[in-house]
Amino acid sequence: MLDNLQLLFVWAPIINVQVILEGIFVGAVFALSAYGLALVWGVMNIKNLAQGDFVIMGGYMALSLSQANVPLPLILIIVVASMFVYGWVIYIGIIRRILDQDMFVSLLATFGLSLLMQQVMNLIYGPEVQIIDLHMPNFDFFDNMVNVPSSKILSLCLAAIIAFSVVLFMKKSRTGQAIRATAQDPRAARVLGINTDRIYAITFAFNSALCGAAGVLVAIIWVIQPFYGITYSVRSFAIVTAAGLGNLPGVIGAAFGIGLVEKYTGVIIGTAYEVAAPVTMLVLVLIWRQMSMRSNRQVLR
Amino acid sequence: MVNKNTLITYGGLGLFGIFGPILFPEYTLSIAYLWMMVLMASTWDTLGGQMGYNSLGNIAFFGVGMYVSAIVQISFFYDGGVGEYTSAMGSIKPEFTDAEYFYGLFLGIVVAALVALAMSVALSTFMFGLRGPYFAIGSLGIAVATAELTITIDYVGGASGISMPLFPGDIEFRSTFFYILCFILTIISHFLLRWMYSTQFGLAINAIRDDEDKAEAMGIPTLVYKRIGWGVAAMFMGAIGAVAGNMAGFIDKEVAYPIPTFGIFMVAMVLLGGKGTLWGPVVGAIIFHVVKETTWTYLLNLQWVALGLILIVNIVYFQQGLMGWLQTKYPEMFGIVVDDGNKTEKEA
Repeated sequence: MLDNLQLLFVWAPIINVQVILEGIFVGAVFALSAYGLALVWGVMNIKNLAQGDFVIMGGYMALSLSQANVPLPLILIIVVASMFVYGWVIYIGIIRRILDQDMFVSLLATFGLSLLMQQVMNLIYGPEVQIIDLHMPNFDFFDNMVNVPSSKILSLCLAAIIAFSVVLFMKKSRTGQAIRATAQDPRAARVLGINTDRIYAITFAFNSALCGAAGVLVAIIWVIQPFYGITYSVRSFAIVTAAGLGNLPGVIGAAFGIGLVEKYTGVIIGTAYEVAAPVTMLVLVLIWRQMSMRSNRQVLR
Repeated sequence: MVNKNTLITYGGLGLFGIFGPILFPEYTLSIAYLWMMVLMASTWDTLGGQMGYNSLGNIAFFGVGMYVSAIVQISFFYDGGVGEYTSAMGSIKPEFTDAEYFYGLFLGIVVAALVALAMSVALSTFMFGLRGPYFAIGSLGIAVATAELTITIDYVGGASGISMPLFPGDIEFRSTFFYILCFILTIISHFLLRWMYSTQFGLAINAIRDDEDKAEAMGIPTLVYKRIGWGVAAMFMGAIGAVAGNMAGFIDKEVAYPIPTFGIFMVAMVLLGGKGTLWGPVVGAIIFHVVKETTWTYLLNLQWVALGLILIVNIVYFQQGLMGWLQTKYPEMFGIVVDDGNKTEKEA
């Protein structure tokens, strides 16, 4: 561990650039799914534990499409559209029935959904780790110390474009305004003629589409596997718990933060801890949030 | 309090517990798992049903108990300790005498229970500052983190696990022995919980479930009661973990921290039977186990899909569980008097 620290800060500080870049690349993907989670949580008080499985499902869709030689922009559009429909179906089948129940119900129902999706994906695609290879060039800097595949740069740009259009959608469009109004006060929104049931459906489907887009990016820059979903869910929860609901800059900042922490833990302590890092981060964030609330004799609820 | 129905139920279950393995010796281990699941569901219900703190991480104590008992059992009589005993180190198998084995096992179970208890107390200050979904997510986080951190410790074999000491005696006596351990632990836990629910503790944790702020305002030391509740659950989970580890004969991350299986089974069983009741978890566990054992092998690869579906259907459409449904349908069976004058027109 000390050796790794020395390597990072004394012998070859340039490796930091690589680690930071990696952190930013993964953070951008986390930001998308975390924003979706925060949106659903804030608008209809559903904590979606199947968030990560939506991401992986998007990844597998992209994988199938890319094996059929569909070009990347088309893949993104198809996946987003079909995940939107899928989210709508899930809303009608499950989410609508647990909307006004206590929170544990939503957690457990979505956990059941997560198990179901994992297993179905496992049956279809098998438990192997898979990746979409775009056959794009790598860039090397600083005597090969920093190595950046262009697919990662591409995915970062795509994430930025998606995030920008999400912001634009939420701020400018009528539907986006209606979603925000419903989040603030559903009753008042209903009084003003907003069909809140439809808004809930749109919000959940929108979240699912966002996850699908994130999944495409994951499949390009990383690997997908049917059971990797839960770590994305955990990361999303950690990010949202740290940033709070409906706070997009906070979500993006926390996402980059968690990406960096994960990559640095991997480099400094060892890759064996890379899976434990987001979970530990979640627990630490909860501890920290709770300490700050305890000073006012409050609890995290 | 003890009425005729309860006595009949206890008699029936007791007879089944004693004569089940004698009549169907090939199912001994399966029935042992049944009692184990009854124990898990009952202790989960202490927090989840009676106190309203839905934990997804009780399984962490199970795994910790398993590893602790392995360490105690092995290093107590073997100088090299667990470090030289793990499967990564090859097949060093020190022979234990009978007395050493049983003494070590007993000690392992006790220490496992105590360590799990200590762990729950250590975590309680932080965990019980979390409410509702945060508690559930936080406890899930604890379970996943414990599992991931355990496999990074080389002393307990890392990802490759530990093979437990060999049981002295023949294979049939082995299953009977572990069966008896599971049965006894379940009986102890059931009657302890039954007694605890009948005391002030039961009232206090129900008050916490209904409205924690008011309970606190009434002067109930909520944190103390929450600690006791979680501590009891953790203790039994640790002890049964120790037994399960020896029963399995080999422990690694998948055996010790079965988050997607036992970790979710215990919640599903409680929900199936009806949470917040003494018998709900027992009934739920028995139904769940019987259904699982009889259909699991016929479902081929679809068992897990079926499990997810059961969970969703259970939670979305059949939330109050079997006991809850019976309670609303036939309240007089439970000694609940319904005043018809208070019923609204719709209900009547």
